[in-house]
Amino acid sequence: MIRLVPDQSAQIERAEEVLFTFDGEPVRGHAGESLAASLIRSGRLHLRDAPEDGAARGAFCLMGLCQECVVELDGERIEACHAVLRAGMAVMSLKRGQRG
Amino acid sequence: MADRYDIAVIGAGPAGANAALAGARYGKSTVLLDEQAQPGGQVWRAKDGSILSAPKTPDSEAGDALRVAVSQAQVKHVGDARVWQIERQKTGWDIHVFRDRQVETVSARALILATGAREFVQPIPGWTIPGVIGLAGATALFKQNLSLPGKRTVVAGTGPLVFFVASEIRRLGGEVGAVVTPNTRRDWMAALPAMLSRPDLLLRGARWIADLMLNRIPIHWGSAVTRVEGSTIVEGVRVQRLNRDWSPREGAQRIAADSLCLGNGLIPAIEAPQLAGLSISHHAALGGWVPEQGEDGATSIEGLFLCGDGAGIRGAAAAEIHGRLAGMKAAEFLGANTGMRRETLRPGYTRAARFGTAMTALSIPRPGLAELTTRETIVCRCESLSQAQIAKEIGSGATSTNAVKSGLRAGMGPCGGQYCQAVVARMIAAAQERDEADTPPPTPRPPLRPMPVAAMAGDFEYGDLPIPKPAPL
Repeated sequence: MIRLVPDQSAQIERAEEVLFTFDGEPVRGHAGESLAASLIRSGRLHLRDAPEDGAARGAFCLMGLCQECVVELDGERIEACHAVLRAGMAVMSLKRGQRG
Repeated sequence: MADRYDIAVIGAGPAGANAALAGARYGKSTVLLDEQAQPGGQVWRAKDGSILSAPKTPDSEAGDALRVAVSQAQVKHVGDARVWQIERQKTGWDIHVFRDRQVETVSARALILATGAREFVQPIPGWTIPGVIGLAGATALFKQNLSLPGKRTVVAGTGPLVFFVASEIRRLGGEVGAVVTPNTRRDWMAALPAMLSRPDLLLRGARWIADLMLNRIPIHWGSAVTRVEGSTIVEGVRVQRLNRDWSPREGAQRIAADSLCLGNGLIPAIEAPQLAGLSISHHAALGGWVPEQGEDGATSIEGLFLCGDGAGIRGAAAAEIHGRLAGMKAAEFLGANTGMRRETLRPGYTRAARFGTAMTALSIPRPGLAELTTRETIVCRCESLSQAQIAKEIGSGATSTNAVKSGLRAGMGPCGGQYCQAVVARMIAAAQERDEADTPPPTPRPPLRPMPVAAMAGDFEYGDLPIPKPAPL
C-alpha cells in the first residue's frame, strides 16, 4: 500500500528515559516532556475519580482547561498536561483509594 | 514585569504573536502574555524539552519561524502566565496575571485580545472514560510531545480536524481504527469552491484523506460515535449512521479501540473579551458567540482590540494576518500611521478567512446532534451532572444558563463551564423553543482560570481591611 503520510516515529530522537513514580509504582518517561504524555504512553490513563460520582477520569483537553488531569505532587494539585517531567517525581493520583 | 507598556497582547498564537510583532515594528513597547511557555498557540505549539530532534511539519516550521521572530523583536514575551482578571482604567488597562505562584499586574495603554478557541464536544455516553480525549487535545499531544493517545485510536468528529488527527497518528506510528465524521462527501464538495481560495491548504487536507483511503482505513462519512464502551479504560466504540439533521439512525457497528479522539468544531474563547467589557452576539458561521468587533480588530471600547479565532473561528492562516492588522490598528490608536499597510494586507486576509469559515461551516451543529447526548450522559464533567438532571432543572424554571449554573453548579466547577455551557444553552433553547441566539452563555467571572485563592488574596493584613461601622439600629 502507498503511504502518503510516512511513519516518522523512528526519526524522533528523545531525551533519555528517567524514572518517576505514580501512586508508588515506578514509571519511565522522557525528562522534559509533559507528565501527561509520560503517563499516557505508559498506559496509565486513569488519573483521578470524579468527586461527585467516583467515575474514572483522565486527561481530556491537554491544554489546561478541563482540569481532568489534575494529580498531586508534593502535596500540591497540578495539571499533568502542564507539568514537566523530572526524574524522581512522586506523583499521586486523585483516585478515591489513594487519598489520605 | 510590573512595567507599563504601550500594548499588551493576551495570547501568543498566530494572531496574538503577530499582533505583538506588528505593534513592536511601529516602535510601541509591547508585552505578549501567554499560558504556554513558548509562543505558537495551540496550532503552532512548540515541542517539549524531551524532543532532541524530529522531522519538520508545516506547523512546526511556522511555529519555529514565529518563535524566532518574537525572540528577535522588541517584544517582551511572558510565558507560563495565566491572565485571571482584566480591568479598564482611566488611561488604559490593568491585566492581572498569575505566574510562578504569584500575582502580578501589567499595565498598558492598548490591549489586544487573542485568546483563540476551545473545542466543542457533544457529550456521548462514555465520553468521560480515560482514553477519550478532545481532537484539539490530541493535536497538543502530537505537536508538543510527539506522542500518541493510545495504540489503536478511533478519530471522530466534524470538519478537517479529524483528518489531520488521523494523519498525525499515522505519522507518529500509531494505528487508526477508523475515522467517523458526521460530515458527508457532499458537505465537503460544497466547501470546495471556498477551499480553492487557499489551494495550498486544500492540497494538504486532500493528502490526509487520500492516505487513509489508499491504506484502507475506514472512513465512516455521515456517521457518529454514539457510545464509548468501557469503565476505566476504553474498550471500543459504537458507530451509527446519521440522518441529514445529524440525529442517529437505527443500527450500530462496533469498532475495537483503546482510545478515542472526539470533537465537534471550535468555539471562540470569549471570556476575556467579555470581562474587558465587550458585548457578544451569536454567529453560527463563526463558531457561535463572538464579541462585537469592527474592521481590523477594532472594538467599540477605546484601546481594546481583538484578533484571531477568539474573534470568530476563521482558522490559523486568517488569524496570522488578522493579528498583524489588529497590531497595526492598535499602533494607529497610539499615534502611528498604518492605514496604507493594512490596506495591502486585507485581500490576503479575506482569502484566508474564506477558507477558514468554510471549514467552520462543516462543524455548525445540526439539531439532531443533541440526540447523541442521552439522558444518562454526563454533560457537566466537573460536577458529574447528567443530561436528565440538567433537563429537570430547565423544566423547573431555570431558563437561562446563569440560572442552571447557580441552581446546579453546572458551569461552576474547575473548568469554568468551558465544556458544558454550549450544550446547556442549546438544551435551554430547545426546551423553550427559542433561538440559540437568545440563550447567551453565563456571565464570565474572574478568575478566568483556576488559581489558588491565597495567590489572589496576595499579602494583606487583616487589620488593614476597611471595615465600615455597623449601621445604627
